[in-house]
This record gives sequence, C-alpha cells and structure tokens, in this order.
Amino acid sequence: MTAKQPFEAVVAQHGATVLRVCRAVLGRGDADDAWSETFLAALRAYPELPGDANVEAWLVTIAHRKAIDITRAAGRRAIPVAEIPENPSAQRADGRDLDLAAALAGLPRKQREAVAYHYLAGLPYQDVAAVIGGSADAARRSAADGIANLRKSYPGVAAGEGTAR
Amino acid sequence: MIASDESAMQDLLRALPAITETDLSALHDALAVSAAAEGLLDVAYRTLDTPVGTLLLAATDGGLIRVAYRIEDHDKVLENLAKRLSPRILYAPGRLDVAARQIDEYFAGQRRSFDLPLDLSLSTGFRRAVLSHLPDIGYGHTATYAAVAAAAGRPRAVRAVGTACATNPLPVIVPCHRVIRADGSFGGYLGGPAAKRILLELEAA
Repeated sequence: MTAKQPFEAVVAQHGATVLRVCRAVLGRGDADDAWSETFLAALRAYPELPGDANVEAWLVTIAHRKAIDITRAAGRRAIPVAEIPENPSAQRADGRDLDLAAALAGLPRKQREAVAYHYLAGLPYQDVAAVIGGSADAARRSAADGIANLRKSYPGVAAGEGTAR
Repeated sequence: MIASDESAMQDLLRALPAITETDLSALHDALAVSAAAEGLLDVAYRTLDTPVGTLLLAATDGGLIRVAYRIEDHDKVLENLAKRLSPRILYAPGRLDVAARQIDEYFAGQRRSFDLPLDLSLSTGFRRAVLSHLPDIGYGHTATYAAVAAAAGRPRAVRAVGTACATNPLPVIVPCHRVIRADGSFGGYLGGPAAKRILLELEAA
C-alpha cells in the first residue's frame, strides 16, 4: 500500500486537467467556482480516500457533482447551451480557440460530459459511465455523437487527418 | 474508426484555450485561504532562501512543526508529514509569514532568539526533553553533548543527545547547532557541517 501524497501534489498533478474539464462542462464563467468547490471537497475527504484509488477519476466524479450543483443554483441564468452562436464559423477570423469552446458549449450536456471526461480527463468509457450514469457503451455513443456534432459546428475539426469512418 | 476519432479529437482539443500558470496559481491560493478558513489546512508550508540554503517551513494550527534543510529532501519531508500528521497539506505561505520574518532577521544578525509558537509533537520522550533544554544554550554560546545530557536529567545518555539533535524537527529555531563535542570540534549536524559552521560563525560575530 502506497503512502498518501500531500494534497499539494494532488493539486499540482491534476489541477490543470480538472480546470479543463470544468471549463468544457460549464463554460468559462462558472469553471473557477467548480474547480474551487471540487478541490475543497476533495481536501475534506482526502484522508479517507483509499490509498490505491484512482485520484483523477475521483476528482472528476466530484467535479461532475459540483457542476450539476452550480448549474442548478444558476437557476434562471443562461446555461452555456444558450450562448452558442447560430453560426460559429462566422466568428472564426481571429478566434479559433473561442470557436471550439463555443462549439463544445453548444453540445447537449451528456455529450459535453462524455467528451470532457474521456478526451480531456482521459478516463476510459467504463469510468466515464460510472460518473455520468448509464453503460460504457452509452458513454461511448455520447462521446461519438459529441464528436460528430463538434465536426458540424466547428469547421476546423479534422478536415484532413481524421476520417469519420 | 474509433481510433481515428480518438486521435483527431485529441488534436482538435489542443485548440481549446490553454490553462495558464496564472489561472492555476490564483485558484490554488484561493483554495489555501478557504481551506484554512474551513479548518481543513492541517499543515501549511513554504520555503525560504537563507545563507544555509533553502529551508522548508511547515506549521500546524499549533505552531511551527518542521524546519528542514534541502539535504533532508523537502519532498520526502512533506511525504513524511503526510504520513505522520495528515495528508491535508498545502503550500500556504501566509501561515508562515511571522516565522519567515524572524528567520530572516536572525540571519541578518538582528535577532538572537525566536518568539514563535512551536508544535513539538513530532518529537517524543527523551528526545523531546533534550529539545526543550536546547533553548537554554544562549545565542553565541555552545554546550557539549554531555552537558546537555546532564541538563536533560540523564548524564550518561550522551549518544541519545546526539540522536535527539540529529532528528531535531526544528533546526535553527531549536538550536541543536549549539551542541558540540567535548574536544571543541563541531560534531555532526543534520544540515551538514557547513551549515553548522555558518550558524556558529554568525552567532560568534
């Protein structure tokens, strides 16, 4: 059994990934709050975390719950879905990055989560399913649908290298 | 099919706005503040550059609990604190501002004793008894291992005094560097002989 690392090392190793995931799922506005609440809750529970636990999957699970809480608390506020421009390609001139973030924000929530947890956090679909519910196959389908939709709304997607099938 | 999606997506997602060090350090610092406010910061630490190298300073709510030389390996020291005290450890310099200032003053020759709450819980039994007697050796003075053993009530425990000094969790602050051999030679030091010489010369000046 390996000894538990100081929590500082957990923040150093996983802080960037968790922020990327929070931004993808919630949009940039609420991502900082989700990150802060995630790591505070993680710090609270850390002494009881089993020594052999997958820390990244654990953090993503907490971040997922915090994101849901934040979205609920936001109540009437617009969720990122509402911010997607009708035609993102119109904005592309100087902001490839923003386009992609907007395209991601425009995905249905489950697709956004599946894409973020699998592609940004690197969780296998089985772990993604454990976080968002449903089966590993369903998680895989959500991520695939997310990719297909991103390709539609974000013109920079894999025009050359990637082949859809 | 799936594989090309994986790599295409990974290429694609590199175009997302980058996470910068500035983003992360602001979030980290806010986390340290709220952790302390919620009573979740069991050990705060920072480092401090001094004439004897970079020192690690760590504190609990009870006070300064650890000062470590670089040769003790700061990562190992923190891992050991995680094991012995709590893994709720964050880089949080705020709690160590006063300690850092006093150590700076000491190395500038402006301070002869430390006025800090100390948490001696890493040291127990006779070792702790030895450490509690060390501040009696005044700034600029030295005592032999045998004299410290006598002062701690076990005159024959000279070697144990050596061990207590070698495992002092609060070097510089608890002045084990003032304990020397009966023949006047410096003896060992957990921060290395050069560090002991620097401290004794500083205090002799």
